[in-house]
Amino acid sequence: MQLYLPIADLPVNVLLILAMGAAVGFVSGMFGIGGGFLMTPLLIFIGISPAVAVASVTSHMAASSFSGALSYWRRRAIDPMLAFVLLCGGIAGTAVGVWFFVLMRSVGQLDLMIALSYVVLLTAVGGLMVYEGLRAILRTRRGEVALSGRTGNRNWIHALPLKVRFKRSKMYLSVIPVAAIGLLIGFIGAVMGVGGGFILVPMLIYLLRVPTSMVVGTSMVLTLVTMLVATVLHAATNHLVDAVLALILMVGGVTGAQFGARAGQRIRGEQLRLLLGLLVLAVGIRFAIELGIRPAELFTIRETGPS
Amino acid sequence: MTRRAASALAIVATALLGLAFAGPAQAEKLIVSVSNARVMVTPNYSGGELVLFGSVERDNPAPPEQFPYDLVVTVIGPRSDMVTRRKERKFGIWINMDSRQFLMVPSYLAVFSNRPIEAIAAADVRRRQQLGITHTLLTQRIGTDYADVVADDQFRTAFVRLREERGLYDEDPAAVKFLTPTLFRTGIPLPAEVPIGSYEVHIKLFGNGELLTQTETSFEIAKVGFEQFVANAAKQHGIIYGLLTALMALATGWMASIVFRRD
Repeated sequence: MQLYLPIADLPVNVLLILAMGAAVGFVSGMFGIGGGFLMTPLLIFIGISPAVAVASVTSHMAASSFSGALSYWRRRAIDPMLAFVLLCGGIAGTAVGVWFFVLMRSVGQLDLMIALSYVVLLTAVGGLMVYEGLRAILRTRRGEVALSGRTGNRNWIHALPLKVRFKRSKMYLSVIPVAAIGLLIGFIGAVMGVGGGFILVPMLIYLLRVPTSMVVGTSMVLTLVTMLVATVLHAATNHLVDAVLALILMVGGVTGAQFGARAGQRIRGEQLRLLLGLLVLAVGIRFAIELGIRPAELFTIRETGPS
Repeated sequence: MTRRAASALAIVATALLGLAFAGPAQAEKLIVSVSNARVMVTPNYSGGELVLFGSVERDNPAPPEQFPYDLVVTVIGPRSDMVTRRKERKFGIWINMDSRQFLMVPSYLAVFSNRPIEAIAAADVRRRQQLGITHTLLTQRIGTDYADVVADDQFRTAFVRLREERGLYDEDPAAVKFLTPTLFRTGIPLPAEVPIGSYEVHIKLFGNGELLTQTETSFEIAKVGFEQFVANAAKQHGIIYGLLTALMALATGWMASIVFRRD
């Protein structure tokens, strides 16, 4: 079943895109992540230009995080104050990210920049996750008790000024690191077409010591709003958001996520983290290899429009 | 009365004389027509062909054939600026390094003739009449200079090659068929990704290596259907399009949370 994607300017098989959406949705439901870091590369690998892939996946991420955020909201697993401060940084970060995207595109380095940022981020995060996962598994094999994430010692972050009380998370913390994290995630999200949950969740847990019960729901609110802003900004500046592509991805994604979430409950936490780490690492390495291989075609043409 | 008739005769005679001296340039006239002046391209369009018909009209009916006619048809699609970039190996990875900007170059360019252009006209005529892709002006901006470079320039060659691979530039020295010595036809292939806009068709008639006469016609490519509507909306109303896409995302997410609600 062929369908012509209006913005990507490319005919695709609807079932293939639907299956990709479902597969990534399954993985994202299983690990409780958005899955943008898998979706964007997959779209690039099937021939959609990196720019369109990034811009379209932002709206896909908005859809999947909204359905997630709704269910976390019902369970009161979202800290509104924390979400608000994260968003202040996040929206600014998204705007800067889209501006950077436009800049890179006009100098012809956008594809390279997207590939490079995937290599750096995914190999670093993936490597860390694999390392952590292996250590945790070895520890349980030896019969040691795993250390809890929330240790008592305080770090320099707690010495910063402008402290605010986050009631639901039972924290008293400066807004500076919170907004800075939001800024970073917003920037990365707009540039790479990812929700950023896979970086945000560890940051909230290990740096800010947000209770794990609040982390996922709150991070989904940040993803939701930054991705909505990114969608609108990408559409307004670059005209690269493919709504048809996004809709197919959304439908596949939200369906797959339901089955993934059920499958995820049957696998142990450490193994899950190790699996996810390997997945992230593999995507990063794939990008790295791509950069080093001599491309079949050295020249590219881009229409810059009638002047 | 007789004086007026005489002067009229004189005018006609001078005109005829003038025609005779002007040579064959005034003797032929081209009459052409395309099969479809407005082509509608639907989303599942996978390429098609337009047909150009024409005939050579002569003033003096059928003089003895000293030389056969030659015909060159050039189809020029809507013009736009394009950047061609070249990747080079830097720090072990392939990066876009050098680039050239092509200014207002045809997005579609097809040159059809009844025999190889080299055989139709001499090099200086080909250059002057911009016959063939190699002689078509493709202006580049190099720094502050605007110029077309030599035909074998790397960027120009790559640009033409990439356009040819997508079926957007084409040169066929056997596409024009003379059905009779004066009646001709040629197909104009339109690939799936044919750019929308208005197309100029230049038809030039040659005889004995000289340009005898020329004429022009045009046609239009319009894309229709839902996909084109989306593409237009995205380009012309970016913000509204973005807001609607964002709303669509919210609606889909909300639907999913209702359909799959478990608590």
